[in-house]
Amino acid sequence: MTPGQAVRTVLRYASLSLLLAFFALPLLWLAFAPFDRAPQIAVSLPEFTLDNFRDLLDNENALRSLRNSLLLAAGTGAVVVTLSALAAYALSRVRLPGRDALLYALLLLSSIVTGTAAMVPLFNLAYELDLIDSQLGVILVLSGGLLPSAIFILKDFTDATPRSYEESARVFGASPLQIMRHIVVPVIRPGLATIGVWAVAQVWGNFLIPFLLLRSPDKSPAAVVMYTFYTEGGQPDLALISTFSLLYSLPVVLMFLLVSSRYGFRFHGGIKR
Amino acid sequence: MAAIHLSGLTKDYPGGVRALDGIDLTVADGEFFALLGPSGCGKTTLLRTVAGLEEATGGAVRIGGDDVTRTPPGRRDVAMVFQDYALFPHMTVADNIAYPLRIRKVPAARRRDKAAETARELGLGDHLARRPGQLSGGQQQRVALARAMACHPSAFLFDEPLSNLDARLRLEARTFLKRLQRDLRVTTVFVTHDQAEALALADRIAVLEAGRVRQTGTPTEIFRRPANTFVASFIGSTPMNLLPGTVERGGGHVTVGGVPLPAGPARAALTGGEEVVYGIRPEYLTFSGTPGPGGGALPGTVTVVENMGSTQLVTLEGPAGTVQVVVPEDTPAEPGGAGYAVPRSDRVLLYREGQLVG
Repeated sequence: MTPGQAVRTVLRYASLSLLLAFFALPLLWLAFAPFDRAPQIAVSLPEFTLDNFRDLLDNENALRSLRNSLLLAAGTGAVVVTLSALAAYALSRVRLPGRDALLYALLLLSSIVTGTAAMVPLFNLAYELDLIDSQLGVILVLSGGLLPSAIFILKDFTDATPRSYEESARVFGASPLQIMRHIVVPVIRPGLATIGVWAVAQVWGNFLIPFLLLRSPDKSPAAVVMYTFYTEGGQPDLALISTFSLLYSLPVVLMFLLVSSRYGFRFHGGIKR
Repeated sequence: MAAIHLSGLTKDYPGGVRALDGIDLTVADGEFFALLGPSGCGKTTLLRTVAGLEEATGGAVRIGGDDVTRTPPGRRDVAMVFQDYALFPHMTVADNIAYPLRIRKVPAARRRDKAAETARELGLGDHLARRPGQLSGGQQQRVALARAMACHPSAFLFDEPLSNLDARLRLEARTFLKRLQRDLRVTTVFVTHDQAEALALADRIAVLEAGRVRQTGTPTEIFRRPANTFVASFIGSTPMNLLPGTVERGGGHVTVGGVPLPAGPARAALTGGEEVVYGIRPEYLTFSGTPGPGGGALPGTVTVVENMGSTQLVTLEGPAGTVQVVVPEDTPAEPGGAGYAVPRSDRVLLYREGQLVG
């Protein structure tokens, strides 16, 4: 190795290390700060304690917010998976004029529905429908925003399911709902799992919609409640925030691991025979 | 078990495509019946219309005497085996076979017994717990057959049952299928584009072209006496030679490329001077390097010699056009040499305006 090559190699690894540190430091903070007696905004080796967790478990507000998050995420996940499966199956099997245009238009508009641009109309709509301060309202709005992408991804799975499966079942006398339950759903299960996890993760991390539509603190999800963790002195309560963040991120990580090991994530259809 | 009657069956697709054009067919009880034709002739549409997966635009389908033209597929009491077998990939072999019984709400224990029994009959007894993806092509086909058998339908419908198997397995499966149908004696209709498969398997064949039946008959009838030039050129592993000719005065001979050839069995129905097509299969021509003493030989130059194992296919170019002859393996034939083909007079077929004479 010539000196020039050696310098280049050193430089390359040095810049890669910097880049890595940039992404790793926040995660390190998340791993260390909850166990630190006096957490700072900087990463430091913790003075080990579990007191922060004990404090958190005594904090009724924090635990309730996690339950609320769970309710919103599970509700939205269920609505999105059920409706997108039915819609994707219908769209892939029924010839409809302008079907693809419809799908692309929905996909385009969906990013607006749950985005900042639609904040005011969304609020008005929820107000008129008496869905302000209702968790059902949040579930419906979030589902509406997620459905187009979910249908789009799932349609690829239903398209890739050979029609002969369904026709075969039809000749044996199966009804459309039986075909859906016995054949289509099991065959596209990896797609359903992907959509479910994705929907749950989207809701889990969503701040804007519940912040906008929910009034009472006892209905707010974790993402909103975390925003209120200040000490009496008006300083961010780093011990509480870091501990809560760790607890808040764990369910999503566990869900990803579980689903990924059981089904594997796939964003395209296709039958492994 | 049941006979299948089709009368005036018509299927129009939106956009004006007529897939079936007034099909009249009767499949007798217990018969093994082939629908044969080139791609796009409507044979699969016909099978799907019998199954109920396509709705007929006109005409009627009767199965076992009942008019089922407007009956949904599940209530026609037929079982269909699809070209790709359509085995459910997430179910075990046993669950696949038992699926029709599950739809009929047969108790789980009875379903299991029936699936195991059917699987055993087809030599699948050891594979009940496997998934279709873990089986070979031939085994998958037998699972599809077992699933069709498990519900004891009054008719089987097979869509290209052998086309997904490789060549060697196909012969084995063909024999297996024929024996199975013999044993079960269930009315069976199958679709194929392979004339050899139809000849080998079927009790009777319907040859289709462009949504119409061009000929129905036993394999022997179809092979010996194709009713028109379409069937003549479609049936046979090497296509029949169809050469333009003129009937000589007296009707005993037909002049093809300047050579008078025997007119064969149809001579009584001919009138002198009319234009006909002279049909003779390559297997019924005798090849020699010399004209021979008797005359009546089509002359030509050998252009291609194709080795087919125990025989050779020799292509001659002569005044009559292109003539193909099947010759024994040890006959000397070299491209560029002269050759003469003598027809076997009792196998000559004559076509007037595309239809068989006599």
